[in-house]
This record gives sequence, C-alpha cells and structure tokens, in this order.
Amino acid sequence: MRTNLKIAWRNLWRNKRRTLITVASIFFGVLLSAYMTSMQEGSYEKMVDMVVKYYSGAMQVHHENYWESKSINDTFEESQDLNQLILANEEVDFVIPRLESFALASSEELTKGVMVVGTVPEPENRLTSLKNNVRQGSYLSDNDQGLLIGEGLADYLRLGINDTLVMISQGYHGISAAGKYPVRGIIKHASPELNKMIVYMELKNCQEFFSANNRLTSLVVNIKDNNELEKSLRKLRETLNSPYSIMSWQEMSPEMVQQIESDRAGGIIMKAVLYIVIGFGILGTIMMMIAERRREFGVMIAIGMQRYKLATILFYETLFIGMIGALSGLLISIPLLSFQAQNPIPLTGQAALVMEDYGFEPYMFFSTEPSVFWHQALTVFLITLVIALYPIFSANRMKLINALHA
Amino acid sequence: MGTHNHQTIQPHNHTAMTIIEIKELFKTYNDSEVEVHAVNGVDLNIEEGEFTAIVGPSGSGKTTLLNMLGGLDQPTSGNIRIDDTDLGKLKSSQLIDFRMKNIGFVFQSYNLIPVLTAKENVEFVMHLQGRPKKEREARTMQLLEAVGLKGREDSRPSKLSGGQQQRVAVARALASKPKFVLADEPTANLDSKSTENLLNIMEELNKQEKITFIFSTHDQRVVNKAHRVITLEDGKIISDNRKK
Repeated sequence: MRTNLKIAWRNLWRNKRRTLITVASIFFGVLLSAYMTSMQEGSYEKMVDMVVKYYSGAMQVHHENYWESKSINDTFEESQDLNQLILANEEVDFVIPRLESFALASSEELTKGVMVVGTVPEPENRLTSLKNNVRQGSYLSDNDQGLLIGEGLADYLRLGINDTLVMISQGYHGISAAGKYPVRGIIKHASPELNKMIVYMELKNCQEFFSANNRLTSLVVNIKDNNELEKSLRKLRETLNSPYSIMSWQEMSPEMVQQIESDRAGGIIMKAVLYIVIGFGILGTIMMMIAERRREFGVMIAIGMQRYKLATILFYETLFIGMIGALSGLLISIPLLSFQAQNPIPLTGQAALVMEDYGFEPYMFFSTEPSVFWHQALTVFLITLVIALYPIFSANRMKLINALHA
Repeated sequence: MGTHNHQTIQPHNHTAMTIIEIKELFKTYNDSEVEVHAVNGVDLNIEEGEFTAIVGPSGSGKTTLLNMLGGLDQPTSGNIRIDDTDLGKLKSSQLIDFRMKNIGFVFQSYNLIPVLTAKENVEFVMHLQGRPKKEREARTMQLLEAVGLKGREDSRPSKLSGGQQQRVAVARALASKPKFVLADEPTANLDSKSTENLLNIMEELNKQEKITFIFSTHDQRVVNKAHRVITLEDGKIISDNRKK
C-alpha cells in the first residue's frame, strides 16, 4: 500500500502545472461554495434569530383558537400548574408569559398603530436581550408602569424619555382600553419592522390596560438546545390538552420557512452547477493522465501488477487531487469566513433600504456552522469518488497489448 | 491457415530441460479486409539457460510471437506451455501472477516507471511478489551492481542515459528470478557501446544465474552473441541454428 501511495503521490507531480490548475479549480470551487453557503446560512440564521431569539421563542402555547383569530378574547388564564407542567419537560429551559395585542398610540400630534407586548421583564430579557438594546432611558422593572418603545416608533411619534404615550384599543371581550404611559426606555429592536411598531409593557400593567386580568395570549417556551425542538414539541403536544395548543416557530412563521427553503434550493442549484464544472475539470485531468500513461500501465500489468492494484493507484491519485483541493479550500475559507462572521458586510443605498423594507438588518451575515465547511469537503469527496470510477473501469477494460503499443 | 514448414526444423538433441513448448501456434489479425497471419504455425521448444535470438525482417512476427510467449497477447490457435502450465488456460489475473513469478520483460523503449528511482524500479516486481524488504534490497543492490549501476540507484529514469535505463530494465526483469526473460529489440535504441555493454551483462547473467534469455532483434551484434538464432519470415520459422 505504501508503494502504491508513493507512486500515486509522485505521479501527481509529474505534470505539476496541470495538477496545480486542477487543485486550484477545486480550491476556488470549495472557497466559493463555502462563501456562498456561509452567506446564505448566515442570513437564514439571522432571519430565524430575529423571529426566535428576538421575538417568538422556539415554541409558544396559545389558546387553541388564538392563532386563527388572533383575538384578545381567545386568551387563556395564567396558571402555575400549566407552567409547572411545561417546565417538567427536561428540554424546557424557561417560559415567558405574554399578552399581546394591537393599539393606536398617540403622542402630542401623531398617531400610529402599534403592537403591544405585555411581558415579564427579566425572562423576556433572558430570551431577547432587550436590556442590551436600550438606547435611551432604562429597561422595564417588575410592576413598572412605563413603556419600552422601539426607536423607529419613538422617532415617528417624536417621543423622548418620560414623554407620555396615549394608547387606545379594544380590551378583553370588547371593553374599551385606554391609558397613558410614560416612556421608560427606547430600544433598538433587532427587527427593523418591529422597531417601528413595538411597545413593551410590564405584564400586569398590560393586563390591566386590556382589562384581561391574569390572561395571556401566549406562553413562550424556550428550550435548552434548539436541536431538540422536534423532540420537545412532540412531548409537549402529548402533555398539553384542550384548550391549549402549542406551535413551533416554524409553524408560526411558515412564510419564512418557505422563503428559506426556496432560497436554499436556489443555492443548491448554483452549487451543483459549480461542482459539475469542477467535476468535469477533475475528470478531464484524470482522462489526460490516463491517456498519456497507457503504455506505462501496460508495462505495469505486463510485469505482474494486478489490474485492481493499478486501479488503486489511479484511485489514490484522484483522491489526492480532490483532497488537496478541498483541504486547501477549507484551510482558507475557515479563517476567512470566521472573520466575515465577526464582521458582517454592511449594505448601503438601495440594497439597504430594500432589506429594511423586508424587515431585515441591512447587513450580509455569515455563518460558521460546521456544516458550511464539511458539506463542501463531503461534496468534493463524493465527486472525487464518482470520478475515481473512471480510472478503475479504464484499468479493468484496458487491452494489454494495445496499451503496450500506445 | 497457411502452410508452414515447422516440421523441417527440430531442436538439437540435448539434455537440458525444456521450459517453453510451443505447438501449432497461430495469430491471425482480421482488423482490415485482408487476413494477416502474424504467426503462422510455429512449433518451438526453448530449453532452460538458452540465450536465443529471434530474428527476421519487420512484420515477420517476432514481436507477436514474443508477446504470446509472455502471455501479453492471446494466440488465435495453438498452445504454449511453460513448465507444464498451459498459458491458454489461465484467467487474466492468473496470467498476470504467472508473468510476475516466471517471466522477465525487457522492452525496446525501456519502459521504466518514471516516478520510481532505479532501485525502486528494480524492487517493484519483488514488491508485487511480497518479498521481505531485506531480501528485496539485497537482490536489488546485487543486480544494480551486476549491470554496472552501483551509485546510480537513487536516480530516476529521466536522469539516466538510454543504455543505463535499459540496464535498469534488465535488472528489473531479473529481480524476480524469472524462468526466462523476453527482450523485445532491447538494443534498438542504444548506441554500439551501450549495446555491447548490455549484451555482455546479459550474457554474464545468463551464465551466472542460468536464466533463459529470448530476444527479438534486428541487431547483428545481438545475433552474434546469441547461442541459438531462430529466423522468422511471414510468421513461420525458416531456420533454427545453434552455435557450438
């Protein structure tokens, strides 16, 4: 085996330039493909983060009719028993009770539709890290009578800290809801869309505003490991009965899941084209390597080398080319993409506006998930394996006497 | 099948053991519209330790005969037995094994493995045979010394002259201690000094190691050295002369 490896390795460098060109094509293919995948996955991660980490959490428990009606009437009563039942699942980390609805919010001169989220400040911060996003004023405290509003909303309504915001809405079972609240803090929400319309209130304060005492629209369920989502969802579904229902973030945001899937499919097609080009590049090199060494192969078989051993050498050569290309590609792409992940590329001009219109931050984010890298290595390895079949067939089909006269 | 006069030429009486026995050997090519009888009914015995040259004009069937003798090509009909082994009955992989153990090859264009050094080229067949490292190294050094290439063992073929490469090829052919060596026009690409040198080496090895050599050649210098000269014409043996 050592001799076969040695021969294969030395054969690679018989035509250095050609080998290096082939290796370079794989290198750039892997780099490009890793870059593209990292950018795609980075943006998906950001999108999911925006939904999961900054708003919905991994799962939510609702009243079974709530998701259809989105009405404050389809709420459920806050209960310690329910909390305990959910927390009894070992995958569950913590829960956040929320009461959410919409209201008209007015400052001295302006009015705007807003989304009101009543929540418990500390667990809410644990999920969304809202405290870190406070730009002016302070974060909500327990029993706080003030509000935390998005920066965009504050700008629109021209509100500052301690200014008063007046809200009117429809409360529980049609009771009119109205109140005026001081602005305790202004936050920059990670979601540009929510940044323009969000109002956070302390839960009790919110329940009072909507006359929905002790009622919740949702119980946000956070799990310790997001990879365990399916498992814990299945378990909680078995645990929770009517009138409760539980939904995963994917079920609550199907458009986003679909958007990610279709975008991912587009990326796969692009990468497939890229890899097909690389594959034919490797195949071309291997075919040339075989064509110009037919006589040598003939001699090797003539003096006693079994065809399968010859095929093994050719297999190693193909594998070496693939491995050198893929490893060098990974070697450069890992630090490059790690750097990019720490320093996302800011978008400017029209592109930035479009992104913000869609509710995303105007940055190109990068992912450094291991799959971004090992998928490329695996793909090149599989392509190499497929291409390596050619020299194996070729060695087995070779007519010895023709090869000797080549 | 054409007529052939193999009956008229019989080997001399001798006591040496026959290692190659060829009977009614034909090789016909039908590639073009005309049938070509490259080997046209050859009967031939080769004895152990012979130093034989097969001569004849181009197209007389020398190389085809040698190829069939080496199991590199299949006869259209007829039979080749080497030490009681009928080559025609061996499967492709068995034939490769048989060649590895019993036949050494020296080609006109040397055909060394370019990525291996002289030493590694000589060792290569022993490697395939699975011989222990110590034995391989000792045999390689002995052979390289015998062909006058001591000190050049780490040179790759591209760094050796044609004569040196052919000497490595001879050492490679002998490395596995084969029953016989087939050399297809081994001196065709060599100058006269290298030719003489190579022939002397092969003659010496023939004497020392009792290895049978069979050459196909056009070269009169090879013919002069040979102990037996078989002349082919149109695929038939027209003469078979042994020297005293």
